[in-house]
Amino acid sequence: MVKINGNLVDAVGKTISQYLQTTDYEQKRIAVERNGEIVPKSKYSEVTIQDEDVIEVVSFVGGG
Amino acid sequence: MVEIPSKKEMYCALEERHGVETQKKFSEASVAICGLGGLGSNIAIMLARAGIGRLHLMDYDRVDISNLNRQQYIVSQLGMYKTQALRDTLHVIAPYCEVTIDTLRITEQNIKELLNDEKIICEAFDKAEEKAMLVNGVMENFPDKYLISGSGMSGFSSANSIRTRKVTDHLYICGDEVSDMDDGIGLVASRVTLCAAHQAHMILRILMQEYEP
Repeated sequence: MVKINGNLVDAVGKTISQYLQTTDYEQKRIAVERNGEIVPKSKYSEVTIQDEDVIEVVSFVGGG
Repeated sequence: MVEIPSKKEMYCALEERHGVETQKKFSEASVAICGLGGLGSNIAIMLARAGIGRLHLMDYDRVDISNLNRQQYIVSQLGMYKTQALRDTLHVIAPYCEVTIDTLRITEQNIKELLNDEKIICEAFDKAEEKAMLVNGVMENFPDKYLISGSGMSGFSSANSIRTRKVTDHLYICGDEVSDMDDGIGLVASRVTLCAAHQAHMILRILMQEYEP
């Protein structure tokens, strides 16, 4: 199992892109942190989620 | 007219408040600020007051009447480029702070060349898409730099919900991460400045080698 934003999710074997397609995140407003590093956007379709990964999808909101 | 104090007098006053060793770190530091709205204009002034040696200010926009409710500009600066207006203001607050300006829009394409020189980068845009673009772009091109981002300071919710969170060893996010300007909840100086203060304070802590929020 994988922990994504604190929830246990069965996403092992999916790429980051494939996982994101199952969610409602607005892709232009997010950054993805995986095991302490930000995953480059260009790698979303290459990086495969491994068992015991800890992932956070950070969603930015407007205002400044 | 009061005579402008000498560089040495200003430095001694800062040393007295912050401590000799800390002030040395602040004075040797160079910080990039991306976006000079409610976050960036406040952050720049706080860092200049702390005696940061050099600030690199970037924004493409001009001062508009709708900015005056929360951004550090004054009526006589309406229509000026924010980079130039803020540089003028910083000069009268902290005359020995070296200020470099770039009046342009930061894009995925120019991040690498624009942000090469500073080890600490502050994300202070207002649009969520631009925040995400900068965070992704900086972390991809410069994974060893420190990036302090602001996300979630709109509306009138409790001041106590604004905080600093360490996302990775190099990325910090300040704000409540929830309140979105696009929901039409407003944007007020007190809450935006709280977020700016969190960002400025985290930058000072990093310079002191204190990496926890």
